[in-house]
Amino acid sequence: MDTFKKLKQFFWPYKRLLFISLFALLFVTGITVVYPIVLQITIDEVVLGERYQLIPYLAFGFIGIMAVKGLATYIHQYLGELFGIKSVFDLRNALYKKLQKLSFKYYDNAKTGDLMSRLTSDVESFRAFLSFGFTSVVRITLLIFISLGVMFYYSVPLALVTMASMPFLAVVTWRFDKKVHPAFRGVRKSLGRLNTRVQENVSGIHTVKSLSREDFEIGRFADSNENYRDHYLHTASIWAKFFPLMELLGNISVVVLLGFGGHLVIQGDLQPGQLVAFFSLVWYIVWPLTDFGFVINQFSQAKASGERLLEILEQKEDIQERPNAVKEHSIQGHVTFHDVTLTYVEDDDAALKDVSFDAPPGKVMGLIGATGSGKTSITQLITRFYEPEQGQVLIDGKPVQEYGLKTLRKSIGFVLQEAFLFSTTILENIRYGNPDATMDEVIDAAKRAQAHDFIMDMPKGYETLLGERGMGLSGGQKQRIAIARAILINPRILVLDDATSAVDMETEFKIQKALREVMKGRTTFIIAHRISALKHADEILVLEDGKVAERGQHEDLLNNGGPYQRIYNIQYQDQDTVLEKHPG
Amino acid sequence: MSQTSSATESKHLKRFYYTIDTAVDKPFNWKQTIRLLKYMKPYAKTLLPAAVIAMLVSTAVRLIVPIIIGRYTIDKALANQDVNLLIQFVILIGFLYVFNFIANTLRIRWVNKLGQGVIYDLRDGLFSHVQRLSHRFFDSRSAGSILVRILNDVNSLQELFTNGIINLLTDVITLLGIVVIMFVLSPKLALAVMIVIPIMFFISTKLRKNIRRSWQQVRIQQSRLNSHLNESIQGIRITQSFSQEGENTEFFNGVNTDNYERWRIATKKSAMFRPLVEMCNAVGTAILISYGAHLILNDPYVTTGIFVSFAFYLGMFWDPISRLGQSYNQLLMAMSSSERIFEFLDERPNVKEKPDAIEFNDMKGNVEFDRVQFSYDNDRIALHEISLKMKQGQTVALVGHTGSGKSTIANLISRFYDPTQGAVRIDGTDLRDVTLDSLRQNISVVLQDTFIFSGKIKENIRFGRPDATDKEVIEAAKVVGAHDFIQRLADGYETEVEERGNILSVGERQLLSFARALLADPKIIILDEATASIDTETEQKIQKALKRLLDGRTSILIAHRLSTIREADHIIVLENGHIIEQGNHDELMDHQGEYYHLVKAQFQMLGA
Repeated sequence: MDTFKKLKQFFWPYKRLLFISLFALLFVTGITVVYPIVLQITIDEVVLGERYQLIPYLAFGFIGIMAVKGLATYIHQYLGELFGIKSVFDLRNALYKKLQKLSFKYYDNAKTGDLMSRLTSDVESFRAFLSFGFTSVVRITLLIFISLGVMFYYSVPLALVTMASMPFLAVVTWRFDKKVHPAFRGVRKSLGRLNTRVQENVSGIHTVKSLSREDFEIGRFADSNENYRDHYLHTASIWAKFFPLMELLGNISVVVLLGFGGHLVIQGDLQPGQLVAFFSLVWYIVWPLTDFGFVINQFSQAKASGERLLEILEQKEDIQERPNAVKEHSIQGHVTFHDVTLTYVEDDDAALKDVSFDAPPGKVMGLIGATGSGKTSITQLITRFYEPEQGQVLIDGKPVQEYGLKTLRKSIGFVLQEAFLFSTTILENIRYGNPDATMDEVIDAAKRAQAHDFIMDMPKGYETLLGERGMGLSGGQKQRIAIARAILINPRILVLDDATSAVDMETEFKIQKALREVMKGRTTFIIAHRISALKHADEILVLEDGKVAERGQHEDLLNNGGPYQRIYNIQYQDQDTVLEKHPG
Repeated sequence: MSQTSSATESKHLKRFYYTIDTAVDKPFNWKQTIRLLKYMKPYAKTLLPAAVIAMLVSTAVRLIVPIIIGRYTIDKALANQDVNLLIQFVILIGFLYVFNFIANTLRIRWVNKLGQGVIYDLRDGLFSHVQRLSHRFFDSRSAGSILVRILNDVNSLQELFTNGIINLLTDVITLLGIVVIMFVLSPKLALAVMIVIPIMFFISTKLRKNIRRSWQQVRIQQSRLNSHLNESIQGIRITQSFSQEGENTEFFNGVNTDNYERWRIATKKSAMFRPLVEMCNAVGTAILISYGAHLILNDPYVTTGIFVSFAFYLGMFWDPISRLGQSYNQLLMAMSSSERIFEFLDERPNVKEKPDAIEFNDMKGNVEFDRVQFSYDNDRIALHEISLKMKQGQTVALVGHTGSGKSTIANLISRFYDPTQGAVRIDGTDLRDVTLDSLRQNISVVLQDTFIFSGKIKENIRFGRPDATDKEVIEAAKVVGAHDFIQRLADGYETEVEERGNILSVGERQLLSFARALLADPKIIILDEATASIDTETEQKIQKALKRLLDGRTSILIAHRLSTIREADHIIVLENGHIIEQGNHDELMDHQGEYYHLVKAQFQMLGA
């Protein structure tokens, strides 16, 4: 119950809906039991007792009371559902908000698939319980007890005899539920695997085809397909085993009822109409009993789902704005690192060790080094995606923690290694960080990023849709749109994290030229593998295992005998010979 | 709910677009239905008739019992106070119920076997078919839309083939049975009670249609919501970099509000269904009570027992009618799913294997393009009359801007496409004369973005040759220099990786794909921008590996970076689908043409 208590804020505001729905339910259940009673009166009083004057009262009374039931059913069902969907509306908004705020650290360890299943199936199972589950318990209990009451009122011995098989039914139902739910989970898991199998295959189809592995893939798929079928059939066999048995137990009650009830009628201890009423009443007990397991399972699922949702909602936000954070402040972009050490995962090796540098506005910093040497980490500390373990990251002389997150990040243009674009138009993608930008500003940014020409070549230009169903762009094109997106926010600090790796050299050169112009008087960080991309930097940090191995300008580093020179030699070892041989 | 009103005013409601391709009902189509039913053919003489017989037995039991209770037990045994007769009837019903139990057990088993058999075949056929389709097919479709067909569309037929068809039969038979029995018992009472049937049908079809449409709207909204959630998680780093959390939250609030609203409407409509139906039932019951009681009094043929039977039958009436409406819905949904499935099944591979295609054995690797012309779609020509030769063991570099035709040449060598005109030959054999498998087994392609399949590292390397031993896998990894980083992973070669996992860096993934290619031991190897994402230190490490990989094979290099190209035996410079220059580095430099300018430009960038 603790889970529900913690989630109370989402459903309790709508408690009124629940209570009205429950109140309506009282009428629904009560009136359900009226039907067998009407039958009984018709047979015993009207037909056998020859009191025909009762007919109109019975007929119209029945229609009238059923109308009440109809209204009550409507209210019960609609408001019950509304209770669930309103709560889930709030819950979804809260989850989304939370997800927007969680830090990179959280996402480093989170899997999209797992998060998605929480946001979809867990939210749904929680809703299902709020909408039906809770009232189902009430409905089942009420129906069973009212029906039992009427049965005992008609005939105690017959009620006792008829109910004799119910304990067996309860046991069978209980065992069925214990078996069928794990089986269902198996089906779902198997379907999930089938899903992954196909998704991977389709995403990697070029690899499959170039290695001519179609038969192998068809074989693997057939295995998953078979596995799914077997899981499904296993579940079906549980149904086949238990469901007819439950029905048989209910039917046994009917047979016993007919035998013993018939005997009582012959002896004159029971009215024929009462016997007929029993036939209906029996099923009002049998079916709810078989439902009980289902409801209990729904409850435990909702509880488990609620826990998984709480895990997200209660996740600590590593990066939090300070209450007195500076918000109305224009950042100049002077970045300073003082002996910064960063560790991503406790007990792991530090990703950065005692890194210091000073980058006043106008400076271009180049970062180079092998994969995993800490280049990206440096830039992610500036935006405060992570917090340093030791040392200080300052902007304009103030620790980054003292700025409001939005203030800070608005002034930093980030182009990440993998250019992620959203499912929307090229236009919206470029002005993602600055939704108010005018068309002219967008085009200007695109031109600087060397993206305008290829965008205009597309049939719909800037209105071209990207994403799942949109146009496919090449890696280089994506990168150029990402650069335009970063330029458009008019940042004081620009970070290019291997942002032109998929762009051909000539274009890269043009982009750099344009950027140099844009970033005049501002701070630029360039991460690259290619010397050509950062040789103009005012200071180049050469990183090795999180430490600054070398620093200085291109010319200084060139003959330093360190890693930079090594990289340079690999990339341009025979430049001189080439140029000497073929003087331009 | 407090944010609803502000959300409608937000200007961020249109910042993302999600086109949803959800199952919308289509009109009934006989041709398609027959094609679907053909999937049941393998079971037409075994499971299908068996399941139908089991179904008939249990339906018969359900139909007979009310007569035995009403017409016989109440009218004969109870009215005449005949205890022996009562016992006989009780035993009879007991036996009938046991039959019913057996028949039900068998029916559930058989029906599921049948349904799953059909679905398995359908899905297997669809997947195998799609797997054989050519690049052209995949070029024009997103992975998502293919996924939806193989999984969701097939799944939506599952219910139809498992319970749908049998339920349809059961319901029709039950309804007809009840009507016939009621008429036999008392035509007058039957007529009177059946007045409500047309109303029930009307509600069941009209209202249900309306309700179905509103739930379709809910599903569409939900797909939008989920698409956005998925994307927002994947793009969270961008969102936070650009501090768009607030704007996105407004967008989400809008989607969430739409979803809520659609859901509310659908619920509201759905909630009307049961009360209306029950009212019909109530009217029927009221007629039964008044007219039935009247008949018992005035009509010697109508007895209390018949009255009781009628009451039972009336209670049994609603379920089949309601389910028929459902079955009809299901059928219409199945129409749209099957239409899409058949659309895929009717796709023919553009690259076809000849019936008499031969195995390509002992490939040497002499590639020849003989006046090859190619266009991806009819209006844009990607290659114009290209003729070229690549000799066995040669390293050939293709140089040119994006869109100049470099990758197209590579794709034609693997026969992912067929030339529009001219011929591509290897060792003098036209590629169209050999089997695709034997051709591609001799060719490895390493792409810029390496695809990692979820599974162990060693399985990923082994993807190049599934029968390779662990030793061979490790050997290949060592040769390309991947062994070191694999060893450093938590579980070494047993480490589980996945497509979008963070465990491997871009460079490491690339090394894996080299190992994969090496293990496949091809005669021809194509490297399409394969080293673009690798840092220089790593690149240097793999240069040696690359040499080993290319050694003795015909290799085609596609690269922007001239440093990779320079050492090629032969360089082909392309522009807009034409070869404008070819030769080795020195020749081309002497020639002072386009290549020379490219090289100059690169060094200028360095010196500028």
